[in-house]
Amino acid sequence: MRSYLIRLQKDLLKNKAIYFMLLPVLAYYLIFQYGPMYGLQIAFKDFIPAKGFLGSPWVGFKHFEDFFGSVYFGRILKNTLLLSLYSLVFFFPTGIIFALLLNEIKGRIFRKAVQTISYMPHFISMVVIVGMMFDFLARDGLVNNIIAMFGLEPVSFMRSPGWFRTTYISSEIWQNIGWSSIVYLAAISSINPSLYEAARMDGASRWKQMWHVTLPGIMPTVTIMFILFIGKFMTVGFEKIILMYNPVIYETADVIQTFVYRKGILEANYSYSAAVGLFNAAISFTLLIGANMTAKRLGETKLW
Amino acid sequence: MLMKRSLGEQTFDIGNSILMILISLMTLYPLLYVLFSSLSDPQYVVQNRGLLLYPQGLNFDAYRMVFRNPNILTGFGNTLFYVTVGTGINILLTALGAYALSRKNVMLTNPVMFLIVFTMFFEGGLIPLYLLMRNLDLLDTRLAVILPSAVSAFNLIIMRTAFQSVPESLEESARIDGAGDWTILFRIVLPLSMPVVAVMILFYGVSHWNSWFFATIFLQTRDYFPLQVILREILISNDTNAMSVGVGTSDQMAIGETIKYATIIIATVPILFLYPFLQKYFVKGVMIGAIKE
Repeated sequence: MRSYLIRLQKDLLKNKAIYFMLLPVLAYYLIFQYGPMYGLQIAFKDFIPAKGFLGSPWVGFKHFEDFFGSVYFGRILKNTLLLSLYSLVFFFPTGIIFALLLNEIKGRIFRKAVQTISYMPHFISMVVIVGMMFDFLARDGLVNNIIAMFGLEPVSFMRSPGWFRTTYISSEIWQNIGWSSIVYLAAISSINPSLYEAARMDGASRWKQMWHVTLPGIMPTVTIMFILFIGKFMTVGFEKIILMYNPVIYETADVIQTFVYRKGILEANYSYSAAVGLFNAAISFTLLIGANMTAKRLGETKLW
Repeated sequence: MLMKRSLGEQTFDIGNSILMILISLMTLYPLLYVLFSSLSDPQYVVQNRGLLLYPQGLNFDAYRMVFRNPNILTGFGNTLFYVTVGTGINILLTALGAYALSRKNVMLTNPVMFLIVFTMFFEGGLIPLYLLMRNLDLLDTRLAVILPSAVSAFNLIIMRTAFQSVPESLEESARIDGAGDWTILFRIVLPLSMPVVAVMILFYGVSHWNSWFFATIFLQTRDYFPLQVILREILISNDTNAMSVGVGTSDQMAIGETIKYATIIIATVPILFLYPFLQKYFVKGVMIGAIKE
């Protein structure tokens, strides 16, 4: 211990320029990332602003019990899990499939054009995307006009609870299919070309090559992206939901994070919503570790 | 040697090409529709709802009204402030951190790296952050929009990886010539990593340009609102009346529509113009970020 401190002292002196550079970054992380983690203690307290974090009285798991016993608990947990699960099943694979198909396009210019166009919506702001959704999906909007051309009844997409998940996930796909394919395209381009040659020699068709060469080649990347996706499982784009929802569709659209926002920021129930937020973060973290461990056990690439 | 392609493969190629064209059209058309509508006569937009293949009755009234609107103008100015100052702070801190953490024989870099990576997986959450901002007296200040996202762990890792790939021999020879770490960072490592810096500017810049949530919860004074918060009022709360004063009520609704489209264009075009130039860089950036370690 002593010798470590002496070495550290020498190191601090020798590399003082480097430690000086590290200082503002470290300060940022301690204040704005670890500060809120320290503040999480209010989830176990009755936070009284005038008494501060330390002065407010401890109440144990009271807020968690309130939350688990509340009428909202079942609904928002179900909404969060379903929306995440649907994202995983319907949105996550689109980037991979799009990359595989795009890779089969041989014309360089055509391919470049498709790529450039498909990345574009990723740079459009959430506010604009949701604004466009309200416009295109309105009762007299583009989509309903097309539906009417086929002689079908118009649908109030943005105001019916039954359509929320569909509109949410389709718009996610629309906005991010190209962007999420970048990593996979990069992984495909680093596959050794001789593997394809060998496969062709053995008479493998294009489908077979895709299945037996390309897909295994990008599996490590898929695993990493999957683990990262699982880590975000419970924090599905709540900013977008806040823009999209209104009390009419709370029934399907209200997720844990939006509930935290409403209870905490709008209604100033700080301790209660911090507890709800902590519950969410804890599940996310557990899922992430679980996914990573599973990947490790299966001998696949892991995050750490 | 060109191999003869089987019928199945040809069908696949044709089907695949058609699919790609369809995806491109589905991506492009909504954007073009917004552009065309914003340039059209409001009456035509109402008549043609949803199907417009070119601007009809070319008309710039919507843009004129948008640019006359003081909220949009201050919003635009504020956004420019948040983008330039915010991105400046982002790049400076990220570069400093990435350089420090890319040094091999410095003792505390590993624990600090762990502290930083940990924040990618666990965070205090919204409410504690809000209370922290309140305790720091940062609520309703311009800094409230900039400081909470001053460094991104993800971007820091990307930049660190790029810095690590700068040949060590360059630094060594500079050191022999008497250069210190500051000189090495700003005169050697940073200039050699310009492609990554470009990606960082794009990532940080876009996120400042598009962000609205922190502004919504941390700001009350309208004079500080960025463009996206104003846009939210116009696009989602449907509040275009203030802009179309002086127009008859029957026209008001119609022109309200084109005003919406014009504001979308104004808020989106600057970003869309920037990104094709940076495309080749950001593909690399995303790669390094995803395949770290």
